[in-house]
Amino acid sequence: MYIAVKGGESAIEASRRLLAAARRGDPAQQEIEVAQIESQFGLLVDRVMGEASLYDPELAALALKQSQGDVVEAVFLLRAYRTTLPRFGYGEPLDTERMRASRRVSAIFKDLPGGQLLGATFDYTQRLLDFDLLRASDQAPPTHGEKIAVAAGEPVSEAMPCALEALAAEGLVEPLTPSDGDPQPPDITREPPAYPMPRAGRLQMLARGDEGWVLGMAYSTQRGYAHTHPFAGEIRVGAVAVEFTPDELGFPIELGEVVLTECQMINQFTGSAEQPPQFTRGYGLVFGRSERKAMAMSLVDRVMRADEFGEELTSPAQDQEFALSHSDSIEASGFVQHLKLPHYVTFESELQLVRGLRARAPETRSPACAAADAPAPAADPTPAIEPTA
Amino acid sequence: MSEPSPSPVLRCDAKARRQWLSVLARSSREALERHAAPLARRHPGQWLRPPEHGLVMLRGRIGNTGDRFNLGEATVTRCALTLSGPDGHTSVGVGYVLGRDAERAHWIACVDACLQQPAWQADVWRQVIAPLQAHTAERHARERAAVAPSRVEFFTLQPELS
Repeated sequence: MYIAVKGGESAIEASRRLLAAARRGDPAQQEIEVAQIESQFGLLVDRVMGEASLYDPELAALALKQSQGDVVEAVFLLRAYRTTLPRFGYGEPLDTERMRASRRVSAIFKDLPGGQLLGATFDYTQRLLDFDLLRASDQAPPTHGEKIAVAAGEPVSEAMPCALEALAAEGLVEPLTPSDGDPQPPDITREPPAYPMPRAGRLQMLARGDEGWVLGMAYSTQRGYAHTHPFAGEIRVGAVAVEFTPDELGFPIELGEVVLTECQMINQFTGSAEQPPQFTRGYGLVFGRSERKAMAMSLVDRVMRADEFGEELTSPAQDQEFALSHSDSIEASGFVQHLKLPHYVTFESELQLVRGLRARAPETRSPACAAADAPAPAADPTPAIEPTA
Repeated sequence: MSEPSPSPVLRCDAKARRQWLSVLARSSREALERHAAPLARRHPGQWLRPPEHGLVMLRGRIGNTGDRFNLGEATVTRCALTLSGPDGHTSVGVGYVLGRDAERAHWIACVDACLQQPAWQADVWRQVIAPLQAHTAERHARERAAVAPSRVEFFTLQPELS
């Protein structure tokens, strides 16, 4: 139980001033601008948007500036901000097939319709520190100009079909169509999560889950905690149009574009009494360029489908309530960090309890332990609490 | 804008509005400021719903074709206004755009209302929508051209059997 305390106003005020000074850093250096964070720390901005479950790059950059780059704190700021805004409604489902892809790779097909585009990736870098970056440079890096243009091939098509389409048509990959009546999905921002949760609800939680947590869960499934044989069927990154039906119109219109990362993982499945042998799917979709998170999400999504395929529940990542309810960094951080707030009354009552227990039953303890009891707290009125086993 | 001319569009059904609202929503602030803001200054209209910030919950489909699920929210600014044309015709324009830029939403709503004025449609299309469309098409082409050299062809190697 937490009992409120009061006081400390001037100390809190001083602490806020110290925080502001810590955020500003060395005043001899230029203050960092929100626009710089947005454009040069793009992946960090994307992570904050994803875990905050709020797409607004400028606000995510602002939150990062205010939080001194602390991701969880920045996510917290955005989550708090979103509660101040009205909800206009639900968008039309985003169509990732119409994505303007800036990256698209498949680990299962060399040649696929639309081709593979590496885009901007760390994958083929050597992870050597680039000491040139220690000095600010006004020179733009080589882009598609003279240097690499030699390798230019055929133009990039405007839309790319899903890489799994052909196999799905053959029945070798599980087909995906809406359930009867295309049901409304649960919304965990309106209805508290209840377990077991349908797949749509699980995906909403995973999409906003802490990247470290989801990544760790996904990794555990690869190391033998649950049985998966995953292949990255397709990963694509790019801009997707957002459509929404305003009250005034009654038909959907575009509101602009958001950048998304999608991962379709496919897993070997030997079949069951009801289902033929085929590849099954795990799905990941996240805000921004966030491939690691999308891949991890798709692995965890797949192992949570054990009931659909008659698979044994053996591992933490398959346990929905464990894996999902602890994935939210704001809830986790809040509950862990509340421990540092004053608990004087709670602790005082526990202290009295422990003193009372020690005073009552000295005969059950070893002589050495009983001797240590010498200054018995006789003055304390001991609460009438029975010790439980 | 004062002289009515035959419009190449001459429609303001749902399909036509979807098309021009898409062009407007995809245009950058800079492009709108250049091509739409002057029109909005001439015909600011009257608010039915002044600009307000809010949220739209974005949805995906599992595997892009299965059941819907809620992905996360996005900030959106919306407004609606009405304006009267030269022939007394009244039209209602809406501005819905991602982000928190009230001015952008206003510009979009003004252009939407003007495009529904039969007397103005052709001119507004030519002066606002056509250049914005070209602007966006050029930006998309530039982005595709930048990515194109990273198209990759992987080859598998034959294992050497000896």
